[in-house]
Amino acid sequence: MSHYPTKLEASIKAAREKKDLLLMTHIVLGYPNFDDSLRVVEDMVEAGVDLMELQIPFSEPMADGPVILKANSEALKAGATVEKSFEVAERITQEFDIPFLFMTYYNILFCAGVNEFVERCERIGIQGCIVPDLPPAEGQDYLDAMEKHKLAPVHIFTPNTPEPRMRFLNDNSAGFIYSVARKGVTGKNTAFSQETSDYLATCKASTDLPLAVGFGVKSKADVDFLRGKADIAVVGSETIRVMEAQGVAGVKPFIKTLVA
Amino acid sequence: MKNSGYYSQFGGAFIPEILVPTFDELETAYLEAKDDPKFWQEYLELMSTYSCRATPITRLDNLTEQLGGASIYVKREDLNHTGAHKANNVMGQGLLTKRMGKTRVIAETGAGQHGVATATMAAKFGFDCTIYMGAHDVARQRPNVFWMEQMGAEVIAVTEGSQTLKDAINEAFRDWVTNMDNTHYALGTACGPHPFPEMVSWFQSVIGTEAREQMLERTGKLPNKVYACVGGGSNAMGIFSGFMDDTEVELVGVEAGGRGRGTGEHAARLAYDDATIGVAQGYKTFFLQNRDGQMQDTHSVSAGLDYVGVSPILSHLHETTRVRFEAATDDDVVAAMQRTVRHEGLIPALESSHAFAQAYAEAPKMSKDETILINMSGRADKDIFTVADAIDDPKWREFIIDKAKSYQVGENQ
Repeated sequence: MSHYPTKLEASIKAAREKKDLLLMTHIVLGYPNFDDSLRVVEDMVEAGVDLMELQIPFSEPMADGPVILKANSEALKAGATVEKSFEVAERITQEFDIPFLFMTYYNILFCAGVNEFVERCERIGIQGCIVPDLPPAEGQDYLDAMEKHKLAPVHIFTPNTPEPRMRFLNDNSAGFIYSVARKGVTGKNTAFSQETSDYLATCKASTDLPLAVGFGVKSKADVDFLRGKADIAVVGSETIRVMEAQGVAGVKPFIKTLVA
Repeated sequence: MKNSGYYSQFGGAFIPEILVPTFDELETAYLEAKDDPKFWQEYLELMSTYSCRATPITRLDNLTEQLGGASIYVKREDLNHTGAHKANNVMGQGLLTKRMGKTRVIAETGAGQHGVATATMAAKFGFDCTIYMGAHDVARQRPNVFWMEQMGAEVIAVTEGSQTLKDAINEAFRDWVTNMDNTHYALGTACGPHPFPEMVSWFQSVIGTEAREQMLERTGKLPNKVYACVGGGSNAMGIFSGFMDDTEVELVGVEAGGRGRGTGEHAARLAYDDATIGVAQGYKTFFLQNRDGQMQDTHSVSAGLDYVGVSPILSHLHETTRVRFEAATDDDVVAAMQRTVRHEGLIPALESSHAFAQAYAEAPKMSKDETILINMSGRADKDIFTVADAIDDPKWREFIIDKAKSYQVGENQ
């Protein structure tokens, strides 16, 4: 299966020429406020992050664990809106030269209008979207709009996903595949093991796109484990945890330990 | 996954990828059970020996006379074991859980009725059980929490979001995405991703099937109108399903009007104009949400109706106008409940009292040879604290103060 070409896939492949494993991080826009979101992005880019997920907060983040869940509700309490998220995302994509994706839940797209949402993503330089509660069977409008604008709809492989389903998801994706290292929600521990390696080998064999691995990746050891098994390591909740414990200033040193 | 479970534009299955095989398994088990006449037989047998099926219908003689209009009948779902229609769904899902070979059940609960029913089912079938309940609801429904814990369930107070039903549903899903291998999520209402709306309605259809026969037997004809309260919508789907094809029977769904239209403090998704179509908690329906799609806080005197969404099947029936939707305010609901208690000796739950309030408003405008049927979805034992507060009963207050004092001085073990 060939995928329509996307900027995202091209830039991941170009970056992989220089590095054996890329690092993707995740922030919740507007948490704790939009100014801090900007600062965190700046620090992350300077620390060597290769691509980033910007989460537009939603009141019912079903697939997220306690850390990101709290970040979503705090952002909303502090007045985050979809409009402000787009505005800040646009500043981010203009200032920083790495690929950015939106991560959010389907209702945000649905209420904005799927076509309008996707069109605006392209306009402000967002390169792809992760929508964890939108399986391809429910998302034809979204998939069509993403293809029309040559943006990457990123789908998720899980340890419960049978191989034929992986191939189906691969056929409906562009950019890369996001594989979760274990069951459950974001932000819990993962025991990286032989079983994980076998699973990642199955993931790799089921897609011709670059493979990102997330859920429970939080240390240099976890990142090193993924070297040779994946193209991108995803650190999500842990950076938010670091920010909560040490303030925004703690993020950069933390990222540096991961890529050292 | 099959792209099914749509009722015109409502429904669907907007689920995280990790749950796709789990939903496939559930749908297969459900369809096989539905095709197996022995399953329904086993279900009816269980409900007639463990719960109280068939539940009777009762004529409200005194209130019919007082209101001077239509003859009022009540379907007595309060007589189910655990005191509400919730048992119908839970016992069915319990049998299905056994069929799937799972050993643990989880559930969300608002008023606590579904939690108690699930804990009961788990105790009977020997399943481990975890119940997610909004912290706000734990605070107002302590008696139900007490019984759940007595039955061996772990009750987890959910402190996220608005700390009510929707947040309990989110937490139950977060548990499920981790523990799906041995765990069934016994969703309590006709909402959520496919096949839950259809499956829960199927188990609850026992109410409507019985009620239709009983009304024909008792009155020789079908009722002119059927009333049911609507939170998620399972008791309404249950009783309405018996009359769906009888187009001469008007079906009336009564939502929580809370503090009234225009106050923003209610849970009326279909009767008022505040809700819009959205996708959350795995399905598409009318939600009380803002323009961005963020869910709004809801309000109702009854925890069980305090919910942002509504069954996709009912949204569909709203659009086709097969069901008329109204809302009853907190004040009218408490008054209707007191009236029913005082004049009929029935104690409808605050949820069910919404249906009574609307029926009492309409019955006087109908003729004496017409009949109406109200679904009394549950009884109000659990509501004793809320109701005593709402009517500001001085003797109850005194009792609680004395009781608290006795705990403080350690007189009571």
